Amino acid sequence: MAQYQLIHFTLNGKPVEKYIDVRASLTDVLRNDFSMTSVKKGCEVGECGACNVLIDGECYNSCIYLGVWADGKNIRTLEGLLGPDGELSDIQQAFMDETAVQCGFCTPGFIMTAVEILESGKEYSEEELRKLLSGHLCRCTGYENILRAVTKVMKQRLKKS
Amino acid sequence: MYDMGTFYEAKSVQEAVELRLAHPEADIIAGGTDVLVQMREGRRAGKSLISIYGIDELRGIRLEDDGTIRIGSLTSFSHITRDPLIEKYLLCLGEAVDQVGGPQIRNAGTIGGNTCNGVTSADSSSTLHAYDAVIELTGKNGIRRLPIQEFYIKAGVVDLRVEDGEIQTGILISKDSYENTNGFYIKYAMRNAMDIATLGTSVNARLSADKKTFERVRIAYGVAGPVPLRATTAEQFINGKEVTPENIEAFSKEVLNDVHARDSWRAAKDFREHIAVESAKRALIESVRRCGGEV
Repeated sequence: MAQYQLIHFTLNGKPVEKYIDVRASLTDVLRNDFSMTSVKKGCEVGECGACNVLIDGECYNSCIYLGVWADGKNIRTLEGLLGPDGELSDIQQAFMDETAVQCGFCTPGFIMTAVEILESGKEYSEEELRKLLSGHLCRCTGYENILRAVTKVMKQRLKKS
Repeated sequence: MYDMGTFYEAKSVQEAVELRLAHPEADIIAGGTDVLVQMREGRRAGKSLISIYGIDELRGIRLEDDGTIRIGSLTSFSHITRDPLIEKYLLCLGEAVDQVGGPQIRNAGTIGGNTCNGVTSADSSSTLHAYDAVIELTGKNGIRRLPIQEFYIKAGVVDLRVEDGEIQTGILISKDSYENTNGFYIKYAMRNAMDIATLGTSVNARLSADKKTFERVRIAYGVAGPVPLRATTAEQFINGKEVTPENIEAFSKEVLNDVHARDSWRAAKDFREHIAVESAKRALIESVRRCGGEV
């Protein structure tokens, strides 16, 4: 018999609530109950990073995170990066400018990790950035352009502040 | 959807113990980075789960009155690495757990889960063995503490008594264990990220005041046997000896008396023995340097 539980959480800045099946992963909840389709189903065992979202400011693979654990949390997905009129954020624009996107399947996950990196306000070396981005698989770009896009925005933001 | 039986959620240690006693057939889930993967694979299909992930009192690292470092069992790998107490006193542990999986796994995975799994390749475990960590378990009879080497029984099996409703609540490292001591962990794996160790080597050393003599050297391996193990013959050999390249070289050969390497699809026995010797040497040299000694 299916077991349901009521959860409340903040999704991209808005408080939400929902009765969810306790067997659901956070990926299932975000995609099926909230139409957050930037959260991709890739490997579903926590290896590829396509389902990555920010939970209380830290990156998690939502495919191996129970939906019920979202209760009380602040969750952000790629959809939350858009401006009020659908404008792209600086990191999304940089991914386009640097051709860090081909098929696009890994992109939302990569960008959310980039958001965690950029919001730390720290300047990382190339080696450190490679390590921080290592929880994602991309079969198209060869990673160089992704690294370039993140480095570019890191430098831009540090210059501004 | 996971192929899950009934789901129970504990909000306190007390509640976790009660749930465990009431539902002994259920598995404990902490960060989920192993349990949920195994459920997806079918190995835990249909199992009921008791989640302890929401018990915030089991998170964080603190210094107890007697100088013991206490790591709450649900502290994530990334929080251990960034913790100021760990950076100051147990840098080697912070560096070891910074090599688990990838960044997202290190945000989710917990040190309690890493040790309760009972797997030999756990990146935290060899360092915890090398530092004589004490595992704290809480059950219906209160708290039970035991050395980590006794906690590991055999591959995948740890001394966690379901009949007493036990869960792991903390990992303790005494002041004598970390004071004036510096260590180094080497993970040998095929990839730099998202890989399981072919061999994990954790060494720490305490030198005499003039930095010329080894006062205490401890070395532990992951994947050199069915559970993590200490290379005691090598330790006994080096303790009290002078800090010289020759002694370090001889120490590294002594480890072959202790390791039980085997052939697996990850590496051949001969190769594992080779990296056991080489890693022992390199990790001890680095530990000496961190202690301010010269080699």
